[in-house]
Amino acid sequence: MVVARRMFLGLLFALAVTGVEAQERFITVASTTSTEQSGLFGHLLPIFEKEAGIKVRVVALGTGQALDLARRGDADVVFVHAKAAEEKFLAEGEGVKRFPVMCNDFVLIGPKSDPAKVAGGKDITEALKKIQAAQAPFVSRGDKSGTHMAELDLWKVSGVDLEKAKGAWYRDTGQGMGPALNTAASMNAYVLADRATWLAFKNRGDLAIVVEGDKRLYNQYGVMLVNPAKHPSVKKDLGQVFIDWVVSPQGQKAIADYKIGGGQLFFPNAGQPDA
Amino acid sequence: MTIEADMRAPLSLLPLRLDGVVFEAGGHRIIDGISMTIARGPRTVVLGPNGAGKSVLLRLCHGLLAPTAGTVRWFTPEVPGGPRRQAMVFQRPMMLRRTALGNVTYALRLAGIDRRTREARAMEALAKVGLDKQANRAARVMSGGEQQRLALARVWALSPEILFLDEPTASLDPGATHEIESIILALHQAGTKIVMVTHNLGQAHRVADEILFLHQGRLVERAPAGQFLKRPASPEAARFLEGELPW
Amino acid sequence: MNTVADAAAQALSLVAAADPKLVDIVLLSLRVSLLAVVFGSIIGLPLGAALAVNDFRGKRGVIVILNALLGLPSVVVGLVVYLLLSRAGPLGSWGILFTPAAMVIAQTILITPTLAALSRQVVADGWGEYREQLRSLGETRWGAATTLLWDLKFSLVTIVLAGFGRAASEVGAVMIVGGNIDGVTRVMTTTIALETSKGDLPLALALGIILLSIVLAVNAGAYVVKETAQHRYG
Repeated sequence: MVVARRMFLGLLFALAVTGVEAQERFITVASTTSTEQSGLFGHLLPIFEKEAGIKVRVVALGTGQALDLARRGDADVVFVHAKAAEEKFLAEGEGVKRFPVMCNDFVLIGPKSDPAKVAGGKDITEALKKIQAAQAPFVSRGDKSGTHMAELDLWKVSGVDLEKAKGAWYRDTGQGMGPALNTAASMNAYVLADRATWLAFKNRGDLAIVVEGDKRLYNQYGVMLVNPAKHPSVKKDLGQVFIDWVVSPQGQKAIADYKIGGGQLFFPNAGQPDA
Repeated sequence: MTIEADMRAPLSLLPLRLDGVVFEAGGHRIIDGISMTIARGPRTVVLGPNGAGKSVLLRLCHGLLAPTAGTVRWFTPEVPGGPRRQAMVFQRPMMLRRTALGNVTYALRLAGIDRRTREARAMEALAKVGLDKQANRAARVMSGGEQQRLALARVWALSPEILFLDEPTASLDPGATHEIESIILALHQAGTKIVMVTHNLGQAHRVADEILFLHQGRLVERAPAGQFLKRPASPEAARFLEGELPW
Repeated sequence: MNTVADAAAQALSLVAAADPKLVDIVLLSLRVSLLAVVFGSIIGLPLGAALAVNDFRGKRGVIVILNALLGLPSVVVGLVVYLLLSRAGPLGSWGILFTPAAMVIAQTILITPTLAALSRQVVADGWGEYREQLRSLGETRWGAATTLLWDLKFSLVTIVLAGFGRAASEVGAVMIVGGNIDGVTRVMTTTIALETSKGDLPLALALGIILLSIVLAVNAGAYVVKETAQHRYG
């Protein structure tokens, strides 16, 4: 019994000790599933961490969730892709300043069987109208993410009143990009996805890109420091170092260097102030 | 019953006095007004048919149950939280998952005996019941008879003033029964008052000095053993002894 | 079924390669869940024992509630703990959101009812058996609870391991309060969720097999311990 007690105390001690992390410098970045799941952060952050000696802890949620997290003061920096939502965030006084960082594009994904006959088209609004007319299965992220907000915008621009037109064909899943793609693959449905996540996605089933290249499918990412005046716990100095680096020539080059299968996924454009 | 007032040890628990004790449970009246005194000295055996309330009576005396009405009073009440001066042995010996020695030292710890004396005293008690060689055996793998002997060793180590026994040999074979009875007699010899419930008339013959006969929750007859067993005064007792009432 | 076979093969090769990232993830999972089990036991086992040996008004109600909490959804626990630990919440100043500490807290809250409810059951059975004898010997209620916990320790091992299994396999709580941060709060279950959402199903399945194997091994060990003890002590 004495032996058992000693072993038990030893175990407790070991557990406690391994839990003590060196007090490291780190920031918490609330970002989206597309930057995480496409592998961009896996490529980009080690470069930054080596440069600046600051660890970046990424909590990957949808854009809406990421901004909400920041509103509660649980993040230092937000890195998302929905300009309207970001500007609202700034207007609320929750963020300091928005810097454009990079863009990529959305693509319309669909089954090879293409029931709505949209494959090869260059006009996203035409494609969406056809899908709605054919009542072909369409998967929506439904999670207040940047992609979801872009999707809703595109329906509007296409002249489709979703509220009226919604039916069994429109599958509102409330999920991240990856799970939405999984769902679309198993249902043989259409889905709007960002190119980066699509390129990194492995469970494609019968899906392929059916529409791409329309200027309206363009998707801009912005980065903001959470307002330390509102949330005193924000690490404003470290956060600013990260933001400065991401828009710097070095950071921008690192973004451009990230490729999957030889193809570049994200296009740095910090130099375009209107982006 | 004579009260040996001046022979009583100071601060003795006994005599125990019951006054108009009633016990009801689940709408049934199990003990229906019993008044009696249990004094030091004779080995008291409680007899009666099934359902007469014998086990309940024992538990009322020992304090495991509280009477619905009436009082159960010791001459000198026990100090609450202090070491117990009564003990009880049940039909099933309830041993912890420890060695024989461990079970006895456990009881001694509860009695406030300090660690150094515990083991010695426990071994002494085990020897009295012939289990000293099995001190380090797991108690629960011992036979029924051995476990009951162990229960009595536990009692012996505590040297209580009074020992209640609720059909201690009902589940044992005759050989083990005989061993248990010898130990009970030895305990009595060493100064512990014995109050035992049994349904076995042979056992009553062997062990009892006096008999309390219970019937339907009332104390119907009380007499020295020899007298009761040969010529009971009450008709219920007579029927019981003749085997008409269920044992 | 091909996927499962592939996944099993992949699981073996992952384990053989002992990729440092995977090792870190497994160790973190074990650390978080084991600590949760330790804290949960320190709170839950005495609580269950105390409930078993004491009588009070409303006892049955408490037992019903406790048994109901056995099915506490992990997401709910995660959400509540998140709201507590968020900077905007009452304990925000602790600054432990998105750290393993938060995960340990959430899992502890999740499994303590399990440990309390099951230990209550086991101790109550023991109390039913020993009650009269223990009271006869002068044992107090609290002393009886402790004595019974010790007496029943081998049954309690099984219960503690049930708690570990529940903690190690849950994803809802650790995802929300940990944030699944790479290298910091990523555990086996959140990794499986992530790989699934990335569409890498074979990898996710392989990790699942590894997780199951660990939990299975732990339970098998407990079973052996219990059987041996039963045999020796009766």
